[in-house]
Amino acid sequence: MSTPEPRVLRYVEALREATDLAMAADPSVFLFGLDVDDHLGIQGSTKGLQQKYGPDRVFTTPLSEDAMTGLAIGAAMAGLRPIHVHIRMDFLLLCMNQLVNIAAKARYMWGGQVSVPLVVRSMIGKSWGQGAQHSQGLHALFMHVPGLKVVAPANAHDAKGCLLAAIADDNPVIFMEHRLLYPTETPVPEGAYAVPPGRARLCTRGDDVTIVGVSNMVQEAVRAAALLAEAGIAAEVVDPVWLRPLDVDTIVESASRTGRLLVVDNGWTTCGASAEIVAAVVERTSETAGIRIRRLGFADTTCPTSPWLEADFYPTPRRIAEAAATLVHPERPPRLPEATRSASIQFRGPF
Amino acid sequence: MASTLEERLYRSMKRIRRFEEVTAEIYPSDRIKSPIHLAIGQEQAAVAVCDLLEEGDWVGGSYRSHAMYLAKGGSMAEIMAEMYGKATGCCGGKGGSMHVISTAAGVIGSSAVVASQIPVAAGYALAARQAGRGRVVAVFLGDGATEEGCFYETLNFAALRRLPLLFVVENNGLAIHEPLAKRRAVPDGICRVAEALGVPSTRIADGGLHAIRDAAEAAVSALRAGTGPQLIEALVHRRRQHVGPDEDYDQGYRSRAEAEPWIESDPLPRLAARLAAEPRRRIDAEIEAEIAAAVRFAEDSPPPAPEGLFADVYA
Ligand SMILES: Cc1ncc(C[n+]2csc(CCOP(=O)(O)OP(=O)(O)O)c2C)c(N)n1
Repeated sequence: MSTPEPRVLRYVEALREATDLAMAADPSVFLFGLDVDDHLGIQGSTKGLQQKYGPDRVFTTPLSEDAMTGLAIGAAMAGLRPIHVHIRMDFLLLCMNQLVNIAAKARYMWGGQVSVPLVVRSMIGKSWGQGAQHSQGLHALFMHVPGLKVVAPANAHDAKGCLLAAIADDNPVIFMEHRLLYPTETPVPEGAYAVPPGRARLCTRGDDVTIVGVSNMVQEAVRAAALLAEAGIAAEVVDPVWLRPLDVDTIVESASRTGRLLVVDNGWTTCGASAEIVAAVVERTSETAGIRIRRLGFADTTCPTSPWLEADFYPTPRRIAEAAATLVHPERPPRLPEATRSASIQFRGPF
Repeated sequence: MASTLEERLYRSMKRIRRFEEVTAEIYPSDRIKSPIHLAIGQEQAAVAVCDLLEEGDWVGGSYRSHAMYLAKGGSMAEIMAEMYGKATGCCGGKGGSMHVISTAAGVIGSSAVVASQIPVAAGYALAARQAGRGRVVAVFLGDGATEEGCFYETLNFAALRRLPLLFVVENNGLAIHEPLAKRRAVPDGICRVAEALGVPSTRIADGGLHAIRDAAEAAVSALRAGTGPQLIEALVHRRRQHVGPDEDYDQGYRSRAEAEPWIESDPLPRLAARLAAEPRRRIDAEIEAEIAAAVRFAEDSPPPAPEGLFADVYA
């Protein structure tokens, strides 16, 4: 008897399936946010759910992110489990006061008597002129704050498992998605399962260099690892999956073994997730471990819309591979094959 | 020869309409790699209000600001080049369609986070009042933007400090695909919110160009006299997708029947009918020539130099 082909889902379908399962299992779960009920349904990730669960449990809102975040927090404290959706992470800046001053602190400042089981979904945009205000990866702002959890699933399997874990979590979870991940596919088990906080994933194995990727940069790092393999360099790509709490142990173990650590973030490096990851590794390894370290992230500037300028804004598989190769062979980095075969997925507009 | 009011309005509206139609025609070629939010069908508020503004007055708006930019006198070649991502664009290729500016023409930068332009425009109004030369600011916003807290906050402060700020609500009844009735318990209550905060308001239910212009004329002269902010709400109709070049009446969230009265009352053919054949032909020819030159300029312009990526992060 042959084993059946595993079922494959796109990231966006995995998000939808997780929401559907959670809503079916628990009537306190509800889904809201601008445009969750229109015919596009947040690229399909919320499609059909209002028909299935009704307008009391799935609904759009006025353009009022600040108040709607506070409302979600109150509903969560009162016993419901809201999932609040935003089509861009940039718009979370309008929610910041409620998220940082209330959601993150409610349990602590009110003496452990309340909890805020809230999931805030948002999507990072990239390319096709997303520009300054539609492209930001702001996870570091949230990682900074005790009381918040932050997760950045980088494939369809984890999108489903992390969303189910986030919904089940009794704390506010910033759930970070990426527009370019939405069409990507992996095997996704049917039924409910959790990809719980604090466990990183090894995406490729290798003893020459550790590459930690965040969000979409996991995919770019895996493409870089393919280039490196052709040049005889075995890269171990680590996906932290959850950024807070962060599984430092897995990264420390890998980096101690390879002696080289490259962290590639889907955000800026200054005060960013990469700074936190590197600092955590350095603090936990002895000074004599001598791990060589590099970071890559968004260029230290605002995201431009012009494709010619944007081309230099993001880490690419080739740039990642070059940085990794230089860590391995600082004097004479090997020639890498052309990157065309592992080029990044391109996105065509209008949005 | 100074052009008549009718000629001015026709030229302004036709110029915007044709500019956006040509933009939509170019779009499938992928030479414009930018989300585009077209104003086709709802150009009249920008046309009417900007007709009353002078050099030295300012306008601000959202990601849907081609009309405002052109009506206030922004360079067509530069906005086209901006959409192409070229070095000669009005933001040097760093802003795209959603972020346009013309300091020369008094267009303060447009912003793509809904409602974020409103308090910024109030800041310009504060500066205008302090300069004391009767300058005014008009800020354009959609109905959706009136649901954000900063709309309320800015109305209140502008009234409190009597800022020379004209709020122009271009109410197309939709925020992306969500109709007003799903977002407001009192869908026609925007003016009353403003009134309650001390901002005199006028609602133009049929989106008529001349009615908007009449209301704006009274409002702008009051603003120049220093009596404080005003609001005009114009009901209008967006004919294309929220974002993108096409019509989308087949998508199920609205019907073509809803569009028909608006197409029927489209100010553009009415303006055209009021002009004699001769100035009209001349104006049309000038507009087509300007558009063709703008496209050529955009296509022939160089891309931004790579080192520009790091320029202007700081002043
Ligand atoms: C703060 C914020 N929330 C959400 C969005 C996503 N968004 C972009 S346009 C839009 C609808 C705005 O509608 P309206 O203000 O009526 O303007 P219109 O598009 O009709 O011109 C939304 C929700 C955004 N850009 N900014």
